[in-house]
This record gives sequence, C-alpha cells and structure tokens, in this order.
Amino acid sequence: MSKPKVGFYWCASCGGCEESVVDLAEDILGVVGAVDFVFFPVAMDFKRSDVEAMSDGEMAVCMINGAIRTSEQLEMAELLRKKSQMIIAYGACSYMGGIPGLANLYTRESLLKAVYGDEITTSNPGYTLPQRHTNVPEGELELPQLHDSVKTLDQVVDVDFYIPGCAPPVKLLKNALGAILEGKLPPKGSVLAPDIAVCDECPRNESKPDKLLVKKFKRPHEDHIDREECILAQGFLCLGPTTRQGCDAACPQGNMPCTGCQGPMGRVRDYGAKALSSIASILDSNDEAEIEKLMETIADPAGTFYRYSLPSSSLFRRVNFDEEKK
Amino acid sequence: MSDETRPKAVDNWQPRIVAFFCNWCTYTAADLAGVSRYTYKPNARVIRIMCSGRLDPQFVVKAFREGADAVLIGGCHPGDCHYQEGNYKALRRFILLKKLLAQFGIEDERLRLEWISASEGDKVQKVMNEMVEQVRKLGPLHLEPIPSPSHAPDNQPAAIGAEGGLP
Repeated sequence: MSKPKVGFYWCASCGGCEESVVDLAEDILGVVGAVDFVFFPVAMDFKRSDVEAMSDGEMAVCMINGAIRTSEQLEMAELLRKKSQMIIAYGACSYMGGIPGLANLYTRESLLKAVYGDEITTSNPGYTLPQRHTNVPEGELELPQLHDSVKTLDQVVDVDFYIPGCAPPVKLLKNALGAILEGKLPPKGSVLAPDIAVCDECPRNESKPDKLLVKKFKRPHEDHIDREECILAQGFLCLGPTTRQGCDAACPQGNMPCTGCQGPMGRVRDYGAKALSSIASILDSNDEAEIEKLMETIADPAGTFYRYSLPSSSLFRRVNFDEEKK
Repeated sequence: MSDETRPKAVDNWQPRIVAFFCNWCTYTAADLAGVSRYTYKPNARVIRIMCSGRLDPQFVVKAFREGADAVLIGGCHPGDCHYQEGNYKALRRFILLKKLLAQFGIEDERLRLEWISASEGDKVQKVMNEMVEQVRKLGPLHLEPIPSPSHAPDNQPAAIGAEGGLP
C-alpha cells in the first residue's frame, strides 16, 4: 500500500508553524516513514506546477498555515483544496486570521502609506510603491494583488479541521497526525484540541482565588510577575479563562500571561467579545468614573482581545469607515 | 445585509435598534410605558433578559452583525440590582466594549446603557426617542459581509464534546 500524500503550505504567516513541524524532533522520522510529503515549499523543493500536475484529491491531507490576504494566497488555497481530500487550517492565522488579521483595523491604502512612506524606518521620498506589473528586459514581471481585507482560510475555501495555536503545540500536531493515520477523526469542522480552558492545565490554577477581582490591569513590562500566583489575580491581563487549552499553559509556565492564541472553546462564537466580557467583569470597582479611568489602562482592546482572531469576529469590519474618526 | 439590499434613500431608511432590557426594572418600565400610553418611536426590538449582567458582549456584536444599527441596554439603577451586582458587571463590560467598538469605527452613540427603574416609564419613552434620532443622524451601520467560500454552506467551526473528540 502506498503512503498517504501530504502537503504543507504557508500563506500570510511568519514561518512559526513550520517551526512546530521541526519541533517534532525525532518523531519527524516516524512521520516521514508513514506519509509522503509531496508539497512543502519551506522545507523541500516543490513548485506550484507540481501541485497543478496532481490529479484532483490526490493529496490525502494538506495543512495550510497563514491568513489569506493576497491573490496568490487565494489561488494557492483554492488549488490545494482541489487537490486534497482534507484541508486542515493549521495555526492561529489560518484558523482565525492571526496577527496579520489586525490589519483589518486599517484600510489597505493607509497600510501601504505607512509601510512605504510614513514609517520612521522607511526612506522613500518619491513614495515608490510596488507595481503589479513591471517590464524588464526578460519580459513582464507580475506581483500578487494585496486584498482589502485579511481573511481566515475557511472564509475562502472549505476547511475540514482546525489546529489552533501560535505556533500550534507539537502535542496537537502529533495527536492530529495520529488520528488521521488511524482514521479516528472527530466530525468535520472540529478544532483538534481539548474543549476546555487553559486555566485547567495551568499549574497556577490552584492559587486562583474563588472570587477573582483586580484593582487595576497591568501590562507585563509594568511590574514583576510572581512565579507561583495566578497571573490574572496579580492584575496582568491573562486570557487563560477564555482560551482553549492544548498548549500545556506554555505562556504562564514561562511566566507570561496567556494572549489567547489557541482561540475560543467550542460554544463561544466570538472570541474577542467573550474575552472582553470575562476580563471586564473582574475589575473591582462599582464607580462609573473610576471604571472609565481603570479601563484606560487597557490601551488597545481590539488588539488585546482580538489579537489572533480579528477576521473571524462577528464584526469583521465596517464598510469604508473613516479612520480619522477612530 | 449587503450594500445593495440596504434602502438607498435616507428618507426611507429607519434605524433598527435592538434593546436588551432587564426583567426586573427596564422591561417592567417598558410595560409601564405601554399601559400609561406613552408613545415612542417603534424602531427598537426589545429582548428581555433576566439581568443586564446576563448581557454577553457577544450578543451586542451579533446584533450588529445581524443588521442592528444600534444596541440599547437597560438595567436597574446602581444599588438596585435584583442580583446584587449584575448591573455593575454590565457597566464594566459596556465601558470596555465601547472602547473596542470605537477601534472598529463604530460610533459611541450606537451602544447605549441606561439605568431605568420599573417606575420610570417616561424615561423609556425619552431614551427611545432620543436614541432613534441620534442613530438616524448617524445613518445605517454598514458592516462588511463576512466572506465565505461559495461551495461551503456551513463553515462555522463546530464544537467538539468530551466524547468523539481528540484527547
């Protein structure tokens, strides 16, 4: 029997997801023994034409990481969908939009203006922008189109499963590969991680008070974080209570608050709104003016609560809103 | 609702407001407004919740997503909550949620919290009329439709329970 064919592709992502494959360490030998990698541009020399040459559904599984924000990424996602029996959205960007998704708080034009003009580290006096078509002696060069909005993978193609995390924990990748090979997958559309909060596997959970109330919110650089006590109880914005586990509470174990990269648990429809709800309710004040003042210490609510999930929020974005009004 | 299906002419457009009223105070006040025959603008769809503290911010973003131009939350006055402190929780969430909505370019006036006790039927009338006029000035809230692949009818990530899921 021939080995199942597997692909691994990246869209708008940082390469951290590929790192998590490398982090399989010696287990990667077992994976390579069990499957055939037929497309893995980061690690091996495959071209788009190799995928185009495949018959439809030839790949058993294709894992795609990164958000979709250019015409090239969209074409590749659609092509890989056609050539694969199963598509797995791998990592926070592909699953929920991730860090690149925060670009949806700005217009495409203002992003280009910042990156190619206003940015303090940019020196571009003529405000030269990359052009979609450039003529060189060898012929015409073409660049992909930058879309107006960053999208999640399931907003552009049908997705079978989701593996959360930034980057996904090795444990989840191993479990998923095992489940695929043994044919023991949960129903289509499932997130391949336990449906319970990060706090549940956090070693500091014991120190969490029964009634959690904080006097003010602090950011990690503003104060010393005690290594034993519940980080949220210390007043640092830890999103553990609203975030899906599977990471062994890696950030709290490294003495940093959870930032929510594993996304929501199954019954939550909008991660950011739910996280905001849980954090706001623990503020220990009943006075309107004081609450207003204390909430100011959360400098960037959208970037805090939708850090990894803005394109998957119910709000998505406003049509042509005026950035000046923000 | 997409841009095309929205009524174009401002004259024909009516603000749509979703109002979440707490069972013990504001909903009763709205009842009182009714039996007292106070008339007010018919733009709000009232949803009764047991306490303003039950109002999950997810309800608010969902209302906006489903076509509300504004959301009104009504609860008991501070200190009067039937469940001691639900309204304080609502207040904290409301203040932070407004900050977040502003980052999405959603104006302040589109989310409003009012303390209206069971005896304040007249306040229901006043707040409703005021809010409808404010939102009418702002115009419709246009949220961009959530993209979806044409061939996938249901792509909402499903929940997995304890059984049938992965360890």
